[in-house]
Amino acid sequence: MALQATGNAAAALAAARTEQEDDRALGFWLYLMSDAVIFALLFATYAVMVVRTAGGPDGHALFHLTHTAIETTLLLLSSITFGFAAIAAKAGRREGVLAWLLVTFALGVGFVGMEIAEFHAAVAQGAGPERSGFLSAYFTLVGTHGLHVTMGLVWIGILWVQVLLRGVTPQAASRLYRLSLFWHFLDIVWIGIFSVVYLPGIR
Amino acid sequence: MADTIVLKAACASDGESLHLQGVAGRGGATRILGRRRGGRRRLADALGLCAALALSGCGRDQLPVIAARGPIALAERNLLFTAAAVMLIVVIPVFVMAFWFTWRYRASHPKAPYKPHWSYDWRIDMIVWLVPAAIVIALGYLVWTKTHRLDPYRPLVASRLPLRVDVVAEDWKWLFIYPGQKIAVANELVFPADRPLSLRLTSDTVMNSFYIPGLGGQIYAMAGMQTRLHLRADGPGSFVGRNTQYSGIGFPDQYFAVHAVSAASFRAWVARVKHAPKTLDAAAYAALAKPSTRFPVTYYSAYEPGLFDRILHKYTARMRAPVPPPAPHPGGN
Amino acid sequence: MLGRLTLHALPFYSLIALGGALVTVLAGLAVLGVVAWFGAWRYLWQEWLTSVDHKRIGMMYIIMALVMLLRGFVDAIMMRTQQAVALNSQGYLPPGHFDQVFSSHGTIMIFFVAMPFLTGLINIVVPQQIGARDVAFPFMNSLSLGLTAAGAGLVLISLVLGKFSAAGWTAYPPYSELKFSPGVGVDYWIWAVLISGVGSTLTGINFVVTIVARRAPGMHLMRMPLFTWTAFCTVILMVFAFPALTVASALLGLDRTLGMHFFTNGHGGDMMNYINMFWMWGHPEVYIVVLPSFGVYSEVVATFSGKPLFGYKSVVFATMAIALLSFMVWLHHFFTMGASANVNAFFGITTMIIAVPTGVKIFNWLLTMYRGRIRMVAAMYWTVGFIVTFTIGGMTGVLLAIAPVDYLMHNTTFLVAHFHNMLIGGALFGYFAGYQYWFPKATGFRLDETWGKRAFWAWFVGFYLAFMPLYVLGFMGMPRRLERYYVPSWQPLLLVAELGALTILTGIICQIIQLVVSVRNRAALRDTTGDPWDGRTLEWMTASPPAAYNFAVLPHVHGVDELALRKESGSHMNPPGIYHDLEPCRDIVVPNNTGAGPLIGALAFGLGFAMVWYIWWLAILAGLGIWGLLVMRSFDDNDLHVIPAAEVERTETGRLSAAAR
Repeated sequence: MALQATGNAAAALAAARTEQEDDRALGFWLYLMSDAVIFALLFATYAVMVVRTAGGPDGHALFHLTHTAIETTLLLLSSITFGFAAIAAKAGRREGVLAWLLVTFALGVGFVGMEIAEFHAAVAQGAGPERSGFLSAYFTLVGTHGLHVTMGLVWIGILWVQVLLRGVTPQAASRLYRLSLFWHFLDIVWIGIFSVVYLPGIR
Repeated sequence: MADTIVLKAACASDGESLHLQGVAGRGGATRILGRRRGGRRRLADALGLCAALALSGCGRDQLPVIAARGPIALAERNLLFTAAAVMLIVVIPVFVMAFWFTWRYRASHPKAPYKPHWSYDWRIDMIVWLVPAAIVIALGYLVWTKTHRLDPYRPLVASRLPLRVDVVAEDWKWLFIYPGQKIAVANELVFPADRPLSLRLTSDTVMNSFYIPGLGGQIYAMAGMQTRLHLRADGPGSFVGRNTQYSGIGFPDQYFAVHAVSAASFRAWVARVKHAPKTLDAAAYAALAKPSTRFPVTYYSAYEPGLFDRILHKYTARMRAPVPPPAPHPGGN
Repeated sequence: MLGRLTLHALPFYSLIALGGALVTVLAGLAVLGVVAWFGAWRYLWQEWLTSVDHKRIGMMYIIMALVMLLRGFVDAIMMRTQQAVALNSQGYLPPGHFDQVFSSHGTIMIFFVAMPFLTGLINIVVPQQIGARDVAFPFMNSLSLGLTAAGAGLVLISLVLGKFSAAGWTAYPPYSELKFSPGVGVDYWIWAVLISGVGSTLTGINFVVTIVARRAPGMHLMRMPLFTWTAFCTVILMVFAFPALTVASALLGLDRTLGMHFFTNGHGGDMMNYINMFWMWGHPEVYIVVLPSFGVYSEVVATFSGKPLFGYKSVVFATMAIALLSFMVWLHHFFTMGASANVNAFFGITTMIIAVPTGVKIFNWLLTMYRGRIRMVAAMYWTVGFIVTFTIGGMTGVLLAIAPVDYLMHNTTFLVAHFHNMLIGGALFGYFAGYQYWFPKATGFRLDETWGKRAFWAWFVGFYLAFMPLYVLGFMGMPRRLERYYVPSWQPLLLVAELGALTILTGIICQIIQLVVSVRNRAALRDTTGDPWDGRTLEWMTASPPAAYNFAVLPHVHGVDELALRKESGSHMNPPGIYHDLEPCRDIVVPNNTGAGPLIGALAFGLGFAMVWYIWWLAILAGLGIWGLLVMRSFDDNDLHVIPAAEVERTETGRLSAAAR
């Protein structure tokens, strides 16, 4: 009797976990949608503020095509490498997941580093976020994206450790799936930033 | 005086006035508003007053919204009454049904019919959707037409040209600049009762809302932005105007006197202001703009030209050239 | 070390502020004292604070809402008293104090009464109504509660340390910018709203997934009970509307803390951008607040009329229409800010269109009563009182939707009367009806009916006394938020309004007495059947209070009002009147309790407090702490445990035998 109950319990737990992971995927989609609303409003704010330079520098004075192009390349490449990590996870190859996550992480760090450099240069020439409405909106929109990427990097780190310690468990696989949604979402947002902020701003 | 030129003459001469003519051609605020001054107004007045008096036990002057004393306020008030009356078509049945059903079908009333399964009837459902929908369509038509007709930006058409006043909200007072008369006044708005008022508004501080209850609706005054408001009085009289948007510690005292006066009195008043000892130079303006409560009514015999636009553009951040102020009315003093 | 926080933050500048601070501190100490007296720390922590059971979380939400209601009501009565006496004088409040009072009143009532109350009701009821054992994300649910409590805590502590915002509950810039509001008040507002707003967004996500994915077999969307439907629309609105508030308040915070220029006067700021974003959240928020009440009325009116809701599909479509339209009307909050006539007319008309589905609902509730057998219990009093009151509010709302009428009435007490008409007569009456209706489900015993009815009458009469004069005062041109005034004819009406506030106070006292009396008589009021009202929906099939797993056997649903259907067919009723499924019990998986939710809530409070006072080290520490807890949580893969079939069997048998007695 006791044995049978244990057997039932394991099955019940497994079923509950599957349901949980399915729910988490749906929940994560909802989170992304509400995050998309945040970005939409930041984009709208930027669009309103882009002319409000208050006599300070505008995009032409601040943005550089090569810098942005390299940044974009890094982020887009990181999306591809994340894709490889996902493929490795599907095949259950722990080493593949670890390696590709590492590459993705490195590319992401490069992206964030370049963004910090860009911000630093702007602040150094007196074009910090407190200079004008335009710069407040620029720093906030791009910075919010950068903050998201940074959180993604932390998340990659955590998942890397989990995969290293426990292998590609169903939980890890499900987390990897949600992280990939997040990472690709940030890519899409970046394409928006590239088109709305940098393209019109670059000479 | 120049401002006695009638509209028709002005129309022929100037683009700005052609705009006025266009407005008149589309229906004419004066005609519309004027028609309202017949029996319907008296009836509505009486009804509104009775209701309000019964509740408050006070006189006509205390109910500036009900006892409107300008055509704009009157039209807005009448719109309120009309819409309220139309809605009674739904509201009264709801009240009757609420009380009747609660009483009639109470569980302790054994003879009342009980139909535990009756939960739908498409005919009733149709009525329930269509009656409110019909009312909203009717009211929607009213909203569309009246919102355009009573647009605060829309110049009023009258036999005499409007008086232009530029209004600046300050902490916690109001500055009225009379560009035609080249005078400025703090905390008092005087205008000839036989001419419409054409106001441009901005703020040199936080958001304010400019409201003279007896004369018409309100409009916000915001820094770096210009809003417009057109008002008119039925005849000579005094009003109280105020800021209605909370703006800080001096907000309760931020009201001002409004006087609609005869043309002769207005001329006399302008002459008096023109002889006032103070002028609104940079120092006087700085003193005025400093936050203070209960700022006394102050007359400035002159002000630095372009003051309103300077206040406005102090906060406009765009790099393009400042918006030119609207062309002055031909002959407007 | 402590940023801006010095001894000057203590409220020694006025006796009234000091009194408020003392009451807050003493009340807090009293609660701690009571817990210590009963030695209930462990019980409180293990059974409640760390609980991830949606019923308990729901009850904690409602307790928070009721406590904050008292706090918000103190503000209300202070305002009424001030205005009753402040003719040609300063009144009894020190200058500027009134402004904090109206700001904290609005903030508290919207964010920390309405939101937790409706979230609590949704928590308790929705999983049971859809035949689920739990919500989709039990830990996240506890986290949402923690974040909401953190926000409420910030508002409460602002009474003791520093001053609260004077910029109103909407915090319109540029007044709310550092230049015009240099103190910590607006920062308290920003962080309270930001933190609790994140909690609400998470609640929204949680319940959308719960309702989409956790419905019992056979529970099609068009079989969901009305309260679940309205909750569904509400939580969808939460997911999509709250980000707008987050952005608006966060950008305001960036302006204030980092000197940016989103909404400032000059330097390229654009205050209209705030107004737009605030109301893009603010108007859906109105429906977030009122839709759950519509759900409560739908349940209550059907149950106590002994009939199915009239026109179920109509009401569902009306609800969806309201939710959808609520995103298209935000501009009606600022008709007077100079938008063009086309824009104003468009938004006026969309606003009016909402009146159609709302009117449909009113008629459908009335038609549900038609040819019913109405049991006039307290919950039904609230419902009928709502129908009458809300209709008046709807009428004044349509009036305000007409832009030219709004030019006249905007910012006057007419507007104040209108939205209190909707929020008290619409939303709050519904929460009280739900409180009365589901109290036995949550606690196992009913609330006293007599005191409930007394409370209703006091609230009902008090509401009319308090707010009808404000409508008239609006016609008299009295603006809102007025600390003192110079028009003698306003005073009589303000005295009547004061009388109304006192009458409402009587109602609140009746509710406190009701709670005490009910707890004392709980043996007599005990509900052993799980179905005290002859209910029609699934939540009345569980025990009162329900077991941790709600349903021993997940029900199969065959139609709207599943329990009513089963009662008619007579199946599964053994002993009579009690639902009992004949299937054998199985092992049931439930989540483990966790302290992460309340701990993150506490850290979020610390973060908010640190940001308000510029205590940067504490902010960094709290932020890292939150991250650390979340990371730890992600390493914990053993967050579920099993209740063995035998134990389920025992619990269920015990329940049946208790009911049979």
